[in-house]
Amino acid sequence: MQSLGRAIPLRRDPAPSRWAYRMQRLWLTPLFRAGMRVGLPVFVVVLVGGVYLSDTVRRENMGAMIATMRDKVAERPIFMVKLLSITGASPELADAVRARLDVKLPQSSLDLDLDAIREAAERLDAVQGAVVRLGAANVLEVQITERTPAWVWRSEAGLMMLDASGHRIAGLTTRADRADLPLVAGQGADTAIPEAQAILAASPWAKRVRGLVRVSDRRWDIVLDRNQTVLLPAHDPVAAVQALASLDHAEDILSRDLTAIDMRNPDRPVLRLTPYALDALRTQASDMPEPQL
Amino acid sequence: MTDLYQAQRAMRNMRRAALQRGVVAILDVGTSKIACLILRFDGVEDQAESDGMGSMAGQSNFRVIGAATTKSRGVRFGEISAMNETERAIRTAVQAAQKMANVRVDHCIVCFSGGEARSYGLAGEIVLEDGVVKDSDVGRVLAACDLPDIGEGREVIHAQPVNFALDHRSGLGDPRDQIGNRLACDLHLLSVDASVVQNLLHCIKRCDLELAGIASSAYVSGISALVEDERELGAACIDMGGGSTGISFFMKKHMIFADSVRLGGDHVTSDIAQGLQVPFAVAERIKTKHGGVHATSMDDREMIEIGGDSGDWEKDRRQISRTELIGIIRPRVEEILEQVAERLEAAGFESLPSQQIVLTGGASQIPGLDGLASRILGQRVRMGRPLRVQGLPQAATGASFASTVGLCLFAAHPQDEWWDFDIPSERYPARSLKRALKWFKDNW
Repeated sequence: MQSLGRAIPLRRDPAPSRWAYRMQRLWLTPLFRAGMRVGLPVFVVVLVGGVYLSDTVRRENMGAMIATMRDKVAERPIFMVKLLSITGASPELADAVRARLDVKLPQSSLDLDLDAIREAAERLDAVQGAVVRLGAANVLEVQITERTPAWVWRSEAGLMMLDASGHRIAGLTTRADRADLPLVAGQGADTAIPEAQAILAASPWAKRVRGLVRVSDRRWDIVLDRNQTVLLPAHDPVAAVQALASLDHAEDILSRDLTAIDMRNPDRPVLRLTPYALDALRTQASDMPEPQL
Repeated sequence: MTDLYQAQRAMRNMRRAALQRGVVAILDVGTSKIACLILRFDGVEDQAESDGMGSMAGQSNFRVIGAATTKSRGVRFGEISAMNETERAIRTAVQAAQKMANVRVDHCIVCFSGGEARSYGLAGEIVLEDGVVKDSDVGRVLAACDLPDIGEGREVIHAQPVNFALDHRSGLGDPRDQIGNRLACDLHLLSVDASVVQNLLHCIKRCDLELAGIASSAYVSGISALVEDERELGAACIDMGGGSTGISFFMKKHMIFADSVRLGGDHVTSDIAQGLQVPFAVAERIKTKHGGVHATSMDDREMIEIGGDSGDWEKDRRQISRTELIGIIRPRVEEILEQVAERLEAAGFESLPSQQIVLTGGASQIPGLDGLASRILGQRVRMGRPLRVQGLPQAATGASFASTVGLCLFAAHPQDEWWDFDIPSERYPARSLKRALKWFKDNW
């Protein structure tokens, strides 16, 4: 107990106060420490950001500001694309491609989606492939690889040009427009174009071929002039054609008076004669003596 | 007794929890200083059980990661007299140690020197049921010891089995799994004033700490100051603290007796303060700087400035010779040592096979004390310093930290106590149920 009369200068107490002691212990708690050093700042930033952005007007203003800033950069002349050049396509196709791409120029190169442009170009039937790049002097270069027509397909929908893989290219008004191309007909003919190609290549009488007919989307008929038809098997038609070719070479069979040669069974070709030839055959048979068996 | 058993068991569980967390505080509440060390345990490690009963509580390696000392306040004779002051001092020490360790501690192990420790030797004997000593038999023989009348308001802080005897073979460290018919044990029991422990507990609780163990400082300073063979062959450790002087006898690695004299270094200081009319702090400084117990002719010429700030030139320029100072110190030190000798004699120190005496504690650092002590206590006196423990700062390696360091060792390698063994199953109702079943079996 200290006396009341004399004022003794108070000595500083080295002991921490109860609360200082507790606070220090709390601060040494690992979880609390982590919370204060990481959790609290993160919480404050998220809270402030959230409160600021909770207002719609502010959010819109901010969005508009960001858009304006982006546009300012994008519209610099260095990024502007003013020209579209299409190479490797015929003038009609180039026009079609240009119409299909529908790129509004001038446009900033930052806004251009080259992949989308390439896909749009390739979606055209006549285009086999396209390479799109931003060339020098900010020209949008589209390099087109055109499909080459190899066949004319006559189907219910009309005449259609196909390429060597059977892909459609464009319609045709008359057969005479592309008389140089071989003709196929029948449903599903376009899917079997490689086979048709092989059959045509194997047949030595190509001059006489008027076209190939796909039957039941299964097998081919070769239609020759003079209304002759060669029926080919569904399996391995090329071998059948080769067999017929050798038969023709030996017997000159195709120049005879036949309407059809059925090669569906390659071991046993069946011939169908014209009525006149049938009569002649019968007459000849009655005239001839009995065959010696 | 069962209350105590439960309380000590709870403390042991707390200690286990602390070891699992890996950090525990060591708090030495002394009269002149309060020291706090923070230990980090590197994990419980099974060491070869080379001696004694082996540790039931697990052994560990540890490292001191924080240490702080502060001047003690509100403690007299090793007992808390002003709780607020002591609480502040403990807070200061704990906070500084925590700051150094940069870790929060929740469990602490405390030692104190006061409470008028009294030791009792207890003996118990049982007949073994099946001729082999099991864990439960050890618990049973410990429970068979008759508790002496330790007095009203006193509490047991140590109850250590020090010796086991099986039939005619005595001196067994670990009787488990041995074959015999009669198991006897000697138990050393140390009791202190319950109110002292209560006060200390309350103080610790107010510092938001959990008590994980409590020890007598006489015991723990014996652990740290005695070397291995002294503890094995028998020695007395005299821990001369600020307010009290602890005495502990060790033999065969066990403490067999403990006592304390309520005199210490602070009494020397107060003698100087009274004799020279100086403040306590100045007296303490003069004592530590110029103190001694043997005066030589050289000391007549060595003049010590006492100083003072009374404003009176005559008073502030006083000088005394070192001989005069020694003249004040020596009688008090002699008195302390004589009291110790008295206690040693009363405890039958003469009958011990080894008469080694080790002086430690802050007050044992007076130059020339070993010479004086050997005249009063006996020929074989040496000065003891605590063992080295890993990470202990240089400042805490002196003799005054003997009990602090000993408490670290105690925390890491606790002696088996009575409460480490399971209570005999006779006390449980399950036993009576078993007996009832047996009766049914026998009669039907």
